[in-house]
Amino acid sequence: MKQSISGQAAIAGLGATEFSKNSGRTELRLAMEATLAALEDAGIDPSEVDGFSSYSVDKVPEYEIARLLGCKEVKFFSQIPHGGGAACAPIMHAAMAVATGVAKTVVVYRAMNERSWYRFGTGSYGFADSPIFENVNYGWYMPHGFHTPAAWVGMFAQRYMHTYGATSEDFGRIAVAARDFAATNPNAFFYDKPITLEEHQASRWICEPLHLLDCCQESDGAVAMVITSVDRAKDLKQKPVVIKAGAQGIADGTQIMTNYYRDDITDLPEMGVVAKELYAQSGLGPDDFQTAVIYDHFTPFVLPQLEEFGFAKRGEAKEFIRAGHHARGGKLPINTHGGQLGEAYIHGMNGVAEAVRQVRGSSVNQVDDVENVLVTAGTGVPTSGLILSAA
Amino acid sequence: MANNEWLSEVRSMVGREYGRIYAWDEVNPAMVRQWCEVMGVENPLYTDPEYAVQTEFEGMVAPPAMLQAWCLEGLHMNNYPPGSTDENPYGVLKLIEAQGYPAVVAVNSELSFDRYVKMGERLYYTTRFADMGEEKTTGLGAGFFVTLIQTFYSEAPDKERLKGKEDEKVGELLFRVFKFKPAQRPKSEAKKDDQGQEEKKAEKPAIKRPKPGISDDTRFFWDGCEAGELRVQHCKCCDKLQHPPAPVCVHCQSFELDYKVASGKGELYSFVVMHYPVVPPFEHPNPIGLIQLDEGVRMPVGLTGVDPEALQNGEVKIGQRMQVEFQTFDDELTLPLFRPVDA
Repeated sequence: MKQSISGQAAIAGLGATEFSKNSGRTELRLAMEATLAALEDAGIDPSEVDGFSSYSVDKVPEYEIARLLGCKEVKFFSQIPHGGGAACAPIMHAAMAVATGVAKTVVVYRAMNERSWYRFGTGSYGFADSPIFENVNYGWYMPHGFHTPAAWVGMFAQRYMHTYGATSEDFGRIAVAARDFAATNPNAFFYDKPITLEEHQASRWICEPLHLLDCCQESDGAVAMVITSVDRAKDLKQKPVVIKAGAQGIADGTQIMTNYYRDDITDLPEMGVVAKELYAQSGLGPDDFQTAVIYDHFTPFVLPQLEEFGFAKRGEAKEFIRAGHHARGGKLPINTHGGQLGEAYIHGMNGVAEAVRQVRGSSVNQVDDVENVLVTAGTGVPTSGLILSAA
Repeated sequence: MANNEWLSEVRSMVGREYGRIYAWDEVNPAMVRQWCEVMGVENPLYTDPEYAVQTEFEGMVAPPAMLQAWCLEGLHMNNYPPGSTDENPYGVLKLIEAQGYPAVVAVNSELSFDRYVKMGERLYYTTRFADMGEEKTTGLGAGFFVTLIQTFYSEAPDKERLKGKEDEKVGELLFRVFKFKPAQRPKSEAKKDDQGQEEKKAEKPAIKRPKPGISDDTRFFWDGCEAGELRVQHCKCCDKLQHPPAPVCVHCQSFELDYKVASGKGELYSFVVMHYPVVPPFEHPNPIGLIQLDEGVRMPVGLTGVDPEALQNGEVKIGQRMQVEFQTFDDELTLPLFRPVDA
């Protein structure tokens, strides 16, 4: 008998805090606010929760949330490594737990003061010179001052531009479309603040070939969701959002943002692994999506993601972008919440939340007749993806 | 001045002996082991009883340099074991200070040993005010060299003392200080007075480049940089090269690895120019290249001899021929940088 997680579990509740540059409260409090909001949204009593999943670098432990919720029997918990690359994976893990009967009600959460308490882009991370793998690995980069996520991404982007003729303006078109959606999303950092391509081009360099407006802004905030069986979800308060497929991926030569040693550095083979698995689980293909959430911590990696999922041929995502297919009114509007470029950088979990709203029909930038939404997670790292669908 | 009354008085004290200061504990292996651990002393004569018993000492002894440590007061100042004297051998320094010589600097500390000290011995020392010179003027200012000598003894156990055995001298510590009038006020104070609010600015330690973590799998590469060789890991089994180095071959999983010295030539495969954030000690903009070596492997490295604008306007572009150039930073870190060269 072929077993699958496809269609077994659903997202039944969604909660979030506001997104800001300084939440002014603890990460544990943010986690509790989002979790209680998600349970309230679902109409599930907190004591019923019997599973948790989150992902690094989240520092709020599930046992403390469990204690504060009054959980008596928690039977499943996981924390998935590799930061934003894991953004979709807790949903997948929760679906696996529910589909196998290991747990019935799983809370997935992300809560960080990533802007006000610590930042990822400082260039100074305290790597020591002891011989543990991380120190040895980053020892190839740090001594040269090659030390920010923007720079690591930029190295791929430069080669991609060289190979396929994509330009900084193509990256800019992604930022402009994201800011256009953010401009009509009251929960976005950049609500009512659209940008033009000229403004993108004029923005200062962070790391050539990346301008300031190619980069998301680090943010404080929390998002939580409640996952349970599809059957149970049908009896709850909200329209069920079915987890049609979930996958993680590591491929040939995958590292954390420094996959420079494989033959070709212009594609994202770990996202290719995810794409293949998501399509296999769901039986869907590129033409079956009405909208998608494509991970956009930095603009350049949006292009090869579109290629890995077959929305464009290899090297031709720039034509897709130039035609505006990704923008408001296009054939595949992406990141309708404003993306991480426009709404906030909650390490991808806010993108999963937008996919939930699109399936429910409650997005502020709602796309018509949404049946299936693709969500991707961080690129250039071990990654993950989801397909969320209407019941 | 030399005939001042106070000076004669102090000088008359030369030769005075001050009473015993006892050790809190007998010479014991636990304190010896800890001292050796902290000081990085690895001689088994001090810590390995089985080894020590075979030596001429027929058992463990204490490191001679530990002599002073046995008789220190411990955590609380002037808290000496019962039987120790209350006299302060440094009283002489107070007398000199009272005449307008407030500063002190230690100038000599010379230990000498008569014999090794064995486990179980109980030590004490006495202090002698040994010497005080004429007033001298030094770079620091004018003052007096004062010499104190501590003599360390091993106390004869009661039983043996009854048999007539005396306490035995085991070593000596000569301690010399210069008690002086500073020639001028410290610079920081002078500044404060002269310029009002200006605070003393501690000299900032130079910020160094981060050092790489180096493991047994990668050490040959960094040793190569020191030696001016660009070393690339090589599989003895399948003859392929790989970078970065690893414990096994990425192609055939063999552990049989050595290295080849690469030509140091290659081409620019990709690049970035870092502008923000500005992180010392790096200069910004900071161009970084991904180099494809002629031998086939890639290395991300800092670029040298490249005007960042040349990368922006296409004078230096992907495909540019590059040559390794080793540069040493902070006198301790040698990195392979790459410089553009003619094709």
